[in-house]
Amino acid sequence: MLGNQTLIVLIGTLLLGVASGMVGTFAVLRRRALVGDVVAHSALPGLCLSFLLFHSRSMILLLCGALVSGLLGAVVVALMKRFTRLREDAIQGIVLSVFYGGGIALTRFIQNRYRNEPGSDLESFIIGRAATMLKADVLQIAAVALVTTIIVLVLYKELTLLSFDEQFCRVQGWSTMGLDLTLMLLTAITVVVGLPAVGVVLTAALLIIPPSAARFWTDRLSTMMMIACLFGGASGVVGTLVSANISGLPTGPLIVMTSTVIFIASWLFAPHRGVVWNGNRSRDLDVDPSWLVTESQFADESPADLQIKRGSGM
Amino acid sequence: MSIATVLNKSATLFGAKTPIPFEGLTTKIAELLSMAPTDVQNAFWTIAVGALCATCCALAGCFLVLRRMSLLGDALSHSVLAGMAAVYLVTGGVEPVPMLIGALIAGVMTAVLTQFVHKAANLPEDSSIGIVFTSLFAFGVVVVSQAKHVHLDLDCVLFGDLAFAGVDLRPMMGWLWPHSFQSLVPSLVITLLFLIVFWKELRLTSFDPVLAVTLGFSAGVMHYLLTTVVAIVTVSAMGVVGLLVVALLIVPPATARLLTNRLSTMLWLSCLLGTVATTIGYFLALKWDSSAAGLTAVVAGIELLAAIVFSPLDGLLGRTIRTVRLRTRICAEDVLAGLFRKQERGDADAGVAVSTVQECIELAGNGFPAAGSIRWLKTRQLLDHSGNRVSLTVRGYNYGRSLVRSHRLWEAYLHENFDLPHDHLHDPAEAMEHFIGPEIQRQITDELAAPAEDPHGREIPHIER
Repeated sequence: MLGNQTLIVLIGTLLLGVASGMVGTFAVLRRRALVGDVVAHSALPGLCLSFLLFHSRSMILLLCGALVSGLLGAVVVALMKRFTRLREDAIQGIVLSVFYGGGIALTRFIQNRYRNEPGSDLESFIIGRAATMLKADVLQIAAVALVTTIIVLVLYKELTLLSFDEQFCRVQGWSTMGLDLTLMLLTAITVVVGLPAVGVVLTAALLIIPPSAARFWTDRLSTMMMIACLFGGASGVVGTLVSANISGLPTGPLIVMTSTVIFIASWLFAPHRGVVWNGNRSRDLDVDPSWLVTESQFADESPADLQIKRGSGM
Repeated sequence: MSIATVLNKSATLFGAKTPIPFEGLTTKIAELLSMAPTDVQNAFWTIAVGALCATCCALAGCFLVLRRMSLLGDALSHSVLAGMAAVYLVTGGVEPVPMLIGALIAGVMTAVLTQFVHKAANLPEDSSIGIVFTSLFAFGVVVVSQAKHVHLDLDCVLFGDLAFAGVDLRPMMGWLWPHSFQSLVPSLVITLLFLIVFWKELRLTSFDPVLAVTLGFSAGVMHYLLTTVVAIVTVSAMGVVGLLVVALLIVPPATARLLTNRLSTMLWLSCLLGTVATTIGYFLALKWDSSAAGLTAVVAGIELLAAIVFSPLDGLLGRTIRTVRLRTRICAEDVLAGLFRKQERGDADAGVAVSTVQECIELAGNGFPAAGSIRWLKTRQLLDHSGNRVSLTVRGYNYGRSLVRSHRLWEAYLHENFDLPHDHLHDPAEAMEHFIGPEIQRQITDELAAPAEDPHGREIPHIER
């Protein structure tokens, strides 16, 4: 039933889902969910410039360009936060749209000028085209997934500390900036590797949705990360299978839609926190920690309520 | 001739040849530039459409930026596609009015869903925005990619077609207008009406939501009204600039925010900046054969960069210049005070402190500003400089005396009013001496009853009036 090509794509999206689930867990807990979106959008111009420079279809070159400009976008966000009085949400929107606009202009320019050159259809990176994934691409994704796993496992303790108690982490002598940069780099690499399959606009979803869904099932970070990887991988596999069996359906959006379904199902049916589960219990016996904090505290409330919930026996 | 026949005649006239507004003007410009009249007309209408689009977006976007809702604009531009796709699934057609309603509902749904996921699922707000808009957009892409309809085009949603906005003319009220006017003009009217009717409430809830609520205005109602207006603007502008409507919504208002502190100025300035961006973007797109919407975003980004660097309010350039000036003045004053003290100690012959350039630079604290501060002193004729021999001029001597007076007065003042040990008096005075003018000197003199000596027993130099 499965063709060779489908198998390649399947492995690729599976690994991609697992890697982004792992990195996304920390991104979501560290409130950096939309950084992935900024990086993905700002990667587009670098991809195009790298094509213009090398005139090569080689995915590695294209993705290196994408990585550089994606990181540049993240750096610009940090610089603007430091040197202007604009707020973070506006800065993210600005960097995202300006870089993306530059990318759109470049893809159109390339498409019009190098019409006859192979690989000039860079517009496929906007929505992604997983069906054309090659063996080499899958190997790259596998390499990235491996490196990400190793780094996350090596830095697991430090990253956990950073996500839950940044100040304590600093007091303990860890460089929060170094750890943040590592996390940023991991996010950027995962996003960039996902671009050919899922596309610029939707890659961020892979980082955000599976970990958010996993959050319903557990209060332990290690479990949450494993569930996020599982959900990410499952979304990749199901999305790919559906798009392989119904011709013309784009893979990337289907993967995202699958993860959305998983998210909604988790929200409804997860034990302890799911809507259905909670419906069976008398709610007023539970103290929801979010009621204890006021609206203004909410903004900088750390995910430490995880611990509070565990403590209250939920 | 009866009135009926006149009406009939004019009706057939309109039917036979629908005139284009401003045709005379554009032909004149075409003659002036020796271009084809149709090209000038295209450009004219494209610029007009771009300006209209930029104005709508900027007016609504100002409040998005002020209320920290920028990311909602981004989310709206993505999720509108889902609304259009849902309408297509239900009705199977692409009639403009149902499409518009569907898109509007999707826009408002995004705002509601984001809040719902944030509150009900207890997730951080940025995650909930990310979940909602990517899911809706993915749904939209899947449906649109399956649609066999000609007028439901993913490319149009992604990239817009500003470049063709001037070509696509349709008859309306007896004239030929660009097709996009049909949606842009009503959305501009709605936005303006919204601003006029709710001006006071908008201002209040944007700048001081707590006060607004205590005064009895509902911040929530304003939030959803604004969201609706932004959704209307997004839907109508989407056909022209595609997903990049975010760039027009956020970047020009943010630029204007850096240039002014007044809301009214910010509004018209952002409209102007947006219009300039679409216009230049369009011409660049013609020149490079590229996407007008993309280049519009880039031009808007360049405008913002220029504002960050050159803004008269808080620009990087102005800030740097002010800092360098202040540092130069402080270093130069350190030199003057140092030379005055040397002269006061009397280790100078003939009552004039003589020094070397090297010593002066040391007094100025070495480093980068020191050389500048020596130049600063010479151009103000506070230093006499011949060969390697440096001495104070009369003006320089007076200046230095005033500085040392400020210094010692401040030490005396600190000693009198604060319980500080003697060796803690010098450092604060060394910093303050640069900011104590004649007025504060007089005040301290009055308060301390004209002290003659500082706490260290040195004479406070007197200044002749």
